[in-house]
Amino acid sequence: MKRWPWLWLSMLAVLAVGLVGAAKVKKLARNAAKKVYVAPGEYDEFYAFLSGGFNGQIGVYGLPSGRLLKIVPVFAVNPENGWGYSEETKPMLMTSQGFIPWDDTHHPELSQTDGVPDGRWLFINANNTPRIARIDLGTFHTAEIIEIPNSGGNHPSPFTTQNTEYVVAGTRFSVPIPQRDMPIANYKGNFKGTFTFVKVDSKTGEMSIAFQILVPGFDYDLAHCGKGPSHGWCFFSMYNSEESHTFLERNASQKDKDYIAAVNWKRAEECLKEGKGEKMKTVYYHNYWDEERMMAVSEKKTSVTILKPGKCEGLVYYIPTPKSPHGVDVDPSGEYIVPGGKLSSTISVFSFSKMLNAIKNKQFAGDAYGIPVLKYEAVLHKEVPNLCLGPLHNEFDTRGNVYTSCFISSEIVKWRYKEGTIVDRIPVYYSIGHLMIPGGDSRKPWDKYVVALNKITKDRFLPTGPELAQSAQLIDITGKKMEMLLDFPTMGEPHYAQGIKADLVLKRQVKIYRLENNHHPFAVKSPAETKVTRKGRRVDVQMIAIRTHFTPDNIEGIRVGDTVYFHVTNLEQDWDIPHGFAVYGAKNTNILIMPGQTLTLKWVPKSPGVYPFYCTDFCSALHQEMQGYVRVSPRNARVKLSWAGAGL
Amino acid sequence: MRKIWMMGVVLLAFWVARGTAEETKVHPPYKGKGVGPVDTLVLADTINPEMAKKGAEIFKLKCSACHALDKRVVGPPLDGVTQRVRPEWIMNMILNPQEMLQKDSLAQALLGQYYVPMTPQNLTREEARAVLEFFRQNDAEKTPKNAD
Ligand SMILES: [Cu+2]
Repeated sequence: MKRWPWLWLSMLAVLAVGLVGAAKVKKLARNAAKKVYVAPGEYDEFYAFLSGGFNGQIGVYGLPSGRLLKIVPVFAVNPENGWGYSEETKPMLMTSQGFIPWDDTHHPELSQTDGVPDGRWLFINANNTPRIARIDLGTFHTAEIIEIPNSGGNHPSPFTTQNTEYVVAGTRFSVPIPQRDMPIANYKGNFKGTFTFVKVDSKTGEMSIAFQILVPGFDYDLAHCGKGPSHGWCFFSMYNSEESHTFLERNASQKDKDYIAAVNWKRAEECLKEGKGEKMKTVYYHNYWDEERMMAVSEKKTSVTILKPGKCEGLVYYIPTPKSPHGVDVDPSGEYIVPGGKLSSTISVFSFSKMLNAIKNKQFAGDAYGIPVLKYEAVLHKEVPNLCLGPLHNEFDTRGNVYTSCFISSEIVKWRYKEGTIVDRIPVYYSIGHLMIPGGDSRKPWDKYVVALNKITKDRFLPTGPELAQSAQLIDITGKKMEMLLDFPTMGEPHYAQGIKADLVLKRQVKIYRLENNHHPFAVKSPAETKVTRKGRRVDVQMIAIRTHFTPDNIEGIRVGDTVYFHVTNLEQDWDIPHGFAVYGAKNTNILIMPGQTLTLKWVPKSPGVYPFYCTDFCSALHQEMQGYVRVSPRNARVKLSWAGAGL
Repeated sequence: MRKIWMMGVVLLAFWVARGTAEETKVHPPYKGKGVGPVDTLVLADTINPEMAKKGAEIFKLKCSACHALDKRVVGPPLDGVTQRVRPEWIMNMILNPQEMLQKDSLAQALLGQYYVPMTPQNLTREEARAVLEFFRQNDAEKTPKNAD
């Protein structure tokens, strides 16, 4: 009997603690909600650009809300707006292997001025059929795609130098260079890798391959270029120094250390000037958007300049790095280089100034195919043991902290890279790959949030069957402890991401294409100019769209066997009034034409009949009426070509 | 009271838009100058034919997808427009249609009748003035005929 009051008391105590705990959680949740809440009609503080991985595109999100703003079509066709289907955009996806409708995007990279993202362009790699794309951040439109020859698996790409002098590419999969038929078993010593330096025009952004450095056939994984004192250098991580060609899971994980390649691109420029480059025949495509003619142009290139490290002393050094490093990241000062150890729980922080000294004093531990391997201890700043399991990538704040994503232990670890001390850790859900702080790989991080880009989603959202969206998480890093704020799903797999203060991009926004600047060869700007012309079996329809009609909207005289090109010019000069165009039985897609733009849809009617076409984008109260008909007659019919519509 | 006033505006809109021969001689019945960059416009008594010719070209390029002089296309026919509304209103409607549709009662009433909003076409003030001159010339040419 006497014990009862105790029991009651303890139960009460548990209840009280529980209530206080619940209240605390609620308060925390409320606090987090406040931090990510963006009121209706308000803008987010940051743009975040997340790679779409296997969807081949870029996802644009607002932070801190996590709202999806746009999917920018890049390397994959996009039936939603006709990217890669319309005649104007098809040449953008041309490669040495022909038209390629898909790729795998991994690393968005903002252009930088003085080591700070400037909001002009966004670059991204295609991993599968090696390419780099440049997206114009005024229009959020892919402006250029350049193919990288002599490469396989363009993974360590397209990381930028401090003033976007270059964006780089590298071979994750080494290959015979030049490509040829040979036994795979002869990999060792015969397969090669390349580091490609793509020059970026500082005014127009136009890309061109400046040179390729021919390197041993390891697997080059990631990269980042130097800044401040290390400006002039780029660093490439690598695995498989074993040069295995099969069962890499085990065979490429034998050695205690692999390498980081330190590449002195200013030295490369000197060697090129001294004529040490060699011209090599190859084939690759350079595709760009001609703004005046409003269409993509494809040009075939047939040679590159190759630099061999043996012929240009001081061009490449290898830094021994624990077990298959993944990321390689440079701190805002440009002095510290932090790799991701991947298979090592110990992280080694390297010092750039020590590296220069080691080179000067020839502190070498041998060489790999003639490339000097620096003494590990000579370059090492600090070893940090027991950081976490599976460290992959690092981003920095302005306060001397680095944030490391740990795939296996599924957490972010915050630690001080100069001192080598661990400050904080936070679990993430689940299995994080990259992480991103807006500007977190630049000289001036906007260090308010870190975004965890997770590989596994599982139960984080309402389930959608076996196939789930990916998961990102927003974490507040302004306090002593990291604070989880928000989960949001992402489309495709976000590998790396970039973030930037919104106003830097906002001020560049293009709202319409001005009709007077539209010099598309098939543009028409008034009903009087619209026409339908036949050249053999090709018929060109030059059409206008304006709220709320197409002119012409009745077309006759098309015959079975004809190929019809509908060139539709949107005459609107008002923001956010696109018109769409779809025609019955089209085997490609619809097109979404922005104000002032001309786009072309190809149509091959199969049989006689009268087929409707219509606007696919709800544009005005009379949108449903925005329709028309094409009459298709038999092959041998004598129906004259004619057209009619409003304003004619 | 407000309802009656609104009805009045709607009726007025029908009437302005109809633009039949009988009305063309009347002074602008809609007194508003509209909202936009054009506050006061002083017009010469005579028509500047060169400017009107330029206006006709601009009209063909930028307006004819939706407007004709003598019939409704998407928007109202424009014969007699200079006699139905003030020149300032015409220019503001060309140069600043979005704000006009938010603030000007006649512009709103016209939207209620035609359903499709007047779209901005990025004309310069000079170009809009030329289009106005084209309308003035058109109305001057057609008025005597109508008066017969
Ligand atoms: Cu439409």
